[in-house]
Amino acid sequence: MPGYLPPEKRSPLQQLGDILWGVYTQLRTIVMIFSHTFRKRDVIPYPEVKPYMPPRYRGRIVLTRDPDGDERCVACNLCAVACPVGCISLQKTERPEDGRWYPEWFRINFSRCIFCGLCEEACPTTAIQLTPDYELAEYKRQSLVYEKEDLLISGTGKYPDYNFYRVAGMSIEGKPKGAAEKESAPVDIKSLLP
Amino acid sequence: MATIHVDGKQYDVDGADNLLQACLNLGLDIPYFCWHPALGSVGACRQCAVKSFRDENDKMGRIVMSCMTPASNGTYISIDDEEAKAFRATIVEFLMTNHPHDCPVCEEGGHCHLQDMTVMTQHHSRSYRFTKRTHLNQDLGPFIGHEMNRCISCYRCVRYYKDYAGGTDLGVYGSAANVYFGRAEEGTLESEFSGNLTEVCPTGVFTDKTHSERYTRKWDMQYAPSICASCSVGCNVSPGERYGEIRRVENRYHGELNGYFLCDRGRFGYGYTNLKDRPRHPLIDGATVTSDVALGAARGMINGASKVIAIGSPRASVEANYALRTMVGAASFYDGHATQEGELVKLALQIVRDGPVPATTITAMEDADAVLVLGEDITATAPRMALAVRQAARGKGRALADEKKVSDWQAISLADLLQRDSYPVFVASVDSTRLDDIAHATVRAAPEDLARLGFAVANLLDASSPAVAGLDEATAAQAKAIADALAAAKKPLIISGTGAGSTAVMQAAANIAWALKAKNDATGLALTLPEANSYGLAMLEPQPLADALEALASGAADTLVVLENDLYRRAPKAVVDAALAKVKSLIVIDHTATDATARAQVVLPAATVFEGDGTVVNYEGRAQRHFQVYDPKYYDASLAQVESWRWLAVLEAASGWKILDDITGACATAVSGLAGIVDAAPGAAFRIDGLKIAREPHRYSGRTAMRANQAVSEIRQPVDPDTPLSFSMEGYNGVGGLDRPAALMPYAWAPGWNSPQSWNKFQQEIGGHLRGGDPGKLLFAGGATQAYFTDVPAAFTPSGSGSGFRVLPLHLHFGGDELSSRAEPIRERASTAFVAIARADVARAGVNGHATVSVDGELVQLPTFISDTLPAGTVGLPAGFAGVPFVAYGVDATVSGG
Ligand code: SF4
Ligand code: SF4
Ligand code: SF4
Ligand code: SF4
Ligand code: FES
Repeated sequence: MPGYLPPEKRSPLQQLGDILWGVYTQLRTIVMIFSHTFRKRDVIPYPEVKPYMPPRYRGRIVLTRDPDGDERCVACNLCAVACPVGCISLQKTERPEDGRWYPEWFRINFSRCIFCGLCEEACPTTAIQLTPDYELAEYKRQSLVYEKEDLLISGTGKYPDYNFYRVAGMSIEGKPKGAAEKESAPVDIKSLLP
Repeated sequence: MATIHVDGKQYDVDGADNLLQACLNLGLDIPYFCWHPALGSVGACRQCAVKSFRDENDKMGRIVMSCMTPASNGTYISIDDEEAKAFRATIVEFLMTNHPHDCPVCEEGGHCHLQDMTVMTQHHSRSYRFTKRTHLNQDLGPFIGHEMNRCISCYRCVRYYKDYAGGTDLGVYGSAANVYFGRAEEGTLESEFSGNLTEVCPTGVFTDKTHSERYTRKWDMQYAPSICASCSVGCNVSPGERYGEIRRVENRYHGELNGYFLCDRGRFGYGYTNLKDRPRHPLIDGATVTSDVALGAARGMINGASKVIAIGSPRASVEANYALRTMVGAASFYDGHATQEGELVKLALQIVRDGPVPATTITAMEDADAVLVLGEDITATAPRMALAVRQAARGKGRALADEKKVSDWQAISLADLLQRDSYPVFVASVDSTRLDDIAHATVRAAPEDLARLGFAVANLLDASSPAVAGLDEATAAQAKAIADALAAAKKPLIISGTGAGSTAVMQAAANIAWALKAKNDATGLALTLPEANSYGLAMLEPQPLADALEALASGAADTLVVLENDLYRRAPKAVVDAALAKVKSLIVIDHTATDATARAQVVLPAATVFEGDGTVVNYEGRAQRHFQVYDPKYYDASLAQVESWRWLAVLEAASGWKILDDITGACATAVSGLAGIVDAAPGAAFRIDGLKIAREPHRYSGRTAMRANQAVSEIRQPVDPDTPLSFSMEGYNGVGGLDRPAALMPYAWAPGWNSPQSWNKFQQEIGGHLRGGDPGKLLFAGGATQAYFTDVPAAFTPSGSGSGFRVLPLHLHFGGDELSSRAEPIRERASTAFVAIARADVARAGVNGHATVSVDGELVQLPTFISDTLPAGTVGLPAGFAGVPFVAYGVDATVSGG
């Protein structure tokens, strides 16, 4: 501290000043504390009353559906590899009817999750999203292991419009080659026209 | 040597290389697509642009394609030049204009060269606003997926498939921006080497379909250095595991064997290890028991026996066979090959180990300038050799280029110079082979006649080798043509093996090689063997199998221990039945459910090559170690499969063997020929910087979730006492100043290089040996001159009438190999069993679509295949096929209609 002198090197006048200053700050603190008696309350009676959580709060993770109601997750494994604690694991499979990739199973171990949101950031389909739900306490740690049934919700979450398969070129039942956004119809390879 | 200047630094490089290769050799990164070390340069993608300067004072410079520019002395280039960088970024952007942007659902993602190069050039956002050109995909069969929209038109696929592998059914169609890489019509790719497309194609156009079904990203699999168990070449592979299943097999570069390529049987035949009905728990009379109970029962049987004998296995490791031999004693240890096959392997060992011409490596085969294949269909029996022989034939292009002072990486110039010319390849086999398309001449004859041809060739090369009496004129002329071509060659190569089932054929091949060797030191020889560890078993000097079956049938022995072997594939059914009927106790150690495990009182579940450690010896006499890829117990603690040698070490408690090194060391000490096996790979105590080597890539995901459904508390990662590898991402992963020994590299990855192109980072020079030496230890020290073989067989005489025919085993790439043929995709690809019959014999046999074939008293009904190439008087049966009886060499069958 610039200009600071230890007490033994300070003059008696300076020491008296120190004492008066100390008394003043103590009294100020007491006044401030008691002034709260008359102020508006800051704490809320949780759990009877729930606090407001912004939509981008990073709480319980869900898997969302696309605007057509189909599972968004394509089992690309990017969330899993982005996860710094390795608490996501899943297995890709393919739907025989329409060729969509989806997770056969999808597991998040919430007892390990640190709610960093990196999975959501990595997800190319907006499938995995963190929600403002923070009430995850359990008596048994094993209950914090969530499977796909526990994670999959019926809505689109924060992104109401995005549908990966409309953008990406992979064809699925009902969206053949050439039908994705910004695609022209498949070429006739037997033609020699440029 | 040439001196080049790159970004102001001076380097010494090989002046015969192109600049791209030279820079990559120096460890400098230049992005590229169409160049491939095995395929050369064509300058198609324009990605490898660098700035070239006239001299050190030139400040302007001009953009050149580094892959098309020789690394000549005094070259000044800049990789970091701003204009060159901008040019490369533009090229990627161009290549990506029609890209479907579906990395999340692309099986290439995570080991995609296009992703790597896009990141390397720092292209990240598109300016192209128009619509993308699209293509329809094709169904290319059970192995390869097709997604044409990801193509960047580098032409690597067709250059590999047509030019390198000799395939005819993949081409390029359309024009301009519409070019299409596929088949003329949808259908299964015919080449036996189609799987390499998945690694050659730098994008996700061609991907591994067998992997896609249970897809896992490259970073999420656990790997180990492994050896293909599907033939005697012993290609190095890198199998990947996730959640207790093998998910795919990728090539593991080896500078003397497989190089960059595998065959489809080796790549796609892994599925047998994932079969649900495999023995995974010990069984007593078919009922599951604990390991201790089963071991107790086995011990009781062995101790209570009047005499115990054991049958080894050419598909089990040296360690497993040695442990078995130690348990029962050398006199009671019998060969796991069929009796005649065992003799053939012994003969091969004698020729290759003790003779003057050692086995030629696969890479050296590519340099041969005249090849004789005698009695084999190597595309089936040693597939990787067939791919090498194709390169030998094409090698003439390199010689022509050399004359014209054209660099050998100029792929198009070489092809233009070569046209349809090639070095001479002669294929003499019992029937047409898949190599006939490059043969200058083919001979189809019964094994005796092939041997006679061979002896005649040898006699022409060296008159002191035995002459062939009564040779017909046509054969004599063929022999002359072959002998002339071989004598004129600088590096002649003879390939033969056990496939024809005939000692005479192999002896004739040896005579030819030895006669040539006397004149030409560069003579090459290779003998194919029945199975992956045929030599390893033969060097333990087992007794012939027939003696074992005889001892059992006669009651001289009452207890039998069978190691990884289905006896019904090794002897006629009646003989095996008779032997097993007399056995008091049958103990089988195997990883696969066979007719032998079905009859066993005690079954001890063995580890497959993917689940265990061991050493195998390939056709060159190279001892190679395969390492356990994963611990099955990590996901299911009840699983009991362990290496056969571990079962035997526990059964034989007196041995004191605890880990692999104990037993490898004991074997090396006891069997002098196998002394080198300890050097096949570093032992368990090996460390780098005090660390074990990680089996999992450092990005391996899901560690705290993958088992969480069983128990939320993570268990300790499995420990591996046997090897210097760890079942974890913890450990040395090759990123650092030190190299992992080549024999211990589980997978290829280098910073910025996620695709198989990263192998370039681990080679002494690109496309050459791996740093620190290629894996494996050659056991054969080199032999001495031998006397010629003199038993020239009499010509084959077909029985002209009646229903008797000589049976010839026909080897097929798919369906005959015991293990891979159980994998679903291989089953889909393989043909069904059949009997081949010469057109001339159809009337005599009276067959009509179907035939009843009787061999050694076993009757089977099979569809017929009328062959225009099979010698008259013979019928061909696909060797090793389910539903086809065991065929000994020289047996006759009766064939009748329907
Ligand atoms: S990143 Fe998204 S799409 Fe990919 S696996 Fe995770 S949730 Fe599914
Ligand atoms: S080819 Fe490569 S860049 Fe293209 S979608 Fe597949 S992973 Fe992505
Ligand atoms: S399919 Fe693959 S290898 Fe063939 S041209 Fe396209 S990107 Fe290249
Ligand atoms: S050539 Fe033989 S060892 Fe190599 S991959 Fe094919 S089957 Fe396996
Ligand atoms: S790598 Fe040089 S042009 Fe393609």
